[in-house]
Amino acid sequence: MIIDVKNFIAQEQKYWDELDQLLNEFESEPVGIGNLGKLKRLHYLYQRASADLARIMSFSSERLLKENLESLVSRAYGEIHETRPVINILSFFQKFFLDVPIVFQKYQINFVLSCLIFISGSIFGGLAVSLDPGAKEVLMPFYQLQQSPQERVAWEEKRTTDPLQGHKDTFSSFLWVHNTQVAIMIIAFGITWGIGTVLMVFYNGIILGAVAIDYFNAGQVKFLLGWLLPHGVIEIPAFLIAGQVGLIFGNAMIGWGDTTSLQQRLRRISGDMMVLSLTVALMLSWAGFVEAFISQYHWPVISYNVKIGFGILELIVLISFLYQGVSSSNELQKKKTTNN
Amino acid sequence: MNYKRRKQLTIRTPEGVEFSFLLAGPVSRCLALTIDFFVKIVIMNVAATISNIFKIISIDFSASFLIISYFIVSICYSITLEWCWQGQTLGKRLFRLRVIDAQGLRLHFSQVVIRNLLHVIDMLPVFYLVGGLSCILSNKAQRLGDLAANTIVIYVPKIEQPELDQLLKGKYNSLRRYPHLCSRLRQNVSPDEAEIAMQAIIRRDDFDPSERIKLFEEIAQYFKTKVIFPDEDIENVSDEQYVRNVVDILFSSTQREWAESKVQV
Repeated sequence: MIIDVKNFIAQEQKYWDELDQLLNEFESEPVGIGNLGKLKRLHYLYQRASADLARIMSFSSERLLKENLESLVSRAYGEIHETRPVINILSFFQKFFLDVPIVFQKYQINFVLSCLIFISGSIFGGLAVSLDPGAKEVLMPFYQLQQSPQERVAWEEKRTTDPLQGHKDTFSSFLWVHNTQVAIMIIAFGITWGIGTVLMVFYNGIILGAVAIDYFNAGQVKFLLGWLLPHGVIEIPAFLIAGQVGLIFGNAMIGWGDTTSLQQRLRRISGDMMVLSLTVALMLSWAGFVEAFISQYHWPVISYNVKIGFGILELIVLISFLYQGVSSSNELQKKKTTNN
Repeated sequence: MNYKRRKQLTIRTPEGVEFSFLLAGPVSRCLALTIDFFVKIVIMNVAATISNIFKIISIDFSASFLIISYFIVSICYSITLEWCWQGQTLGKRLFRLRVIDAQGLRLHFSQVVIRNLLHVIDMLPVFYLVGGLSCILSNKAQRLGDLAANTIVIYVPKIEQPELDQLLKGKYNSLRRYPHLCSRLRQNVSPDEAEIAMQAIIRRDDFDPSERIKLFEEIAQYFKTKVIFPDEDIENVSDEQYVRNVVDILFSSTQREWAESKVQV
């Protein structure tokens, strides 16, 4: 119980000021100050301010003082009770390419599931176009795909002018923006317990399956591969990874077999979701560039074999990157878990 | 005070101390969002002007720059500002709102990114209907992005001390003759009760004369039960004067001195 508030304030003011200064230091250097002495002092001052707040509560007409102490205690509480590693943006980008394979492999099952949904969609789209050619108009919402494959191939191979002349940058940017927006939707729909993500991945599979079977039936497989592989080997995995992120999110929302709270589950995956989302954005920017500058040029401008070869090379590089050093990645992951 | 009616999030620390945050309502958040929308339009206009300059080099590059700028601004505006300004954008700053971790811990970059990526869902189907409904229905006033990122948006009230000097200056306070009873009064009165007395004094001229007499009579009767001062000192004091004396004891001594000492620091 406080009898003399004036004396109480005079006594404690210096500790509150010290705590305020120390918190400013910690907040301006979010990586943390590796000084044990300062950390101990922060803890002591936090406990002292907490005790002061508890005492002033019983003397509650001191509203301004109470608000100020509450603010100090809440800031110190945030610093002291935070157990997640602090991410410095610079070191995040430095470590980013090391983290991607680790995080990707950590949630491999979600990626496999995303692939299976996409493949199911492709089979559905393929069957739909095979059994009912009229479905093409409904399933393929792009004018370019409404033509018959033979007509398109003949038109592409005979043309003498560059249809993208003077628009390549614009087209590339448009593709990146559009695809990234779709990927964000796939990820964000994870909040619908993954249902929205499943539907969007399935729908993208339908479009690809319908196009593939249309060109396959018309005997234009080489054109199809030459057209799709250079950008598709990056773009499609990017959508699959977006599906993986959406499923991770959906899984955390559902929480099957996990006894922790929704808050804790979401807190646990937030860093990994960010790493994979950024990976998707980077992959789509590359895919957009390749689609505008390479994919839209066919024989005789660029040989189909060169385009297919380029696509295969990209795929090998991508797989090697995502699955690089499985054992060393696992060790790193173990290390991370131990540190946490 | 209107912010007392807002939803609150109370956090109890392991040390047994409680502190609370006032949760921001959908209206203030909507207004902040509108400000941010106009700021984005201004930035996009600047980007369009820069893009016009690039037309000298290449029309293709200029158009590409514009498309990417619009997208980057729409996605990165909130992410960058919320990260750099510890949970605030320009709109939020104007309306005294702040994004914080739902458990009162430090806001992480991944939380900022996720809550902003989920804007696309909150915007559905039109005019942030999903986000608005979620905000109204959620007990922590969270839109879906906040739910996913484990964040809340709080209102940071501006603590303004009323001009007590103007209200109480030059008035003799007979209750101050009993310092021990004054101390007891400070202990027995809750913050809400003290607030009611102070608001009554501040707004006294807004009341009808008959209602004013009734109101101060009720308040004075209530405070007289809290601590009993000797009869000879209160029998000739009007109810309004009694409440004024109580406010003087509760607010004007230590708080003013403390606030003044903070200014000097």
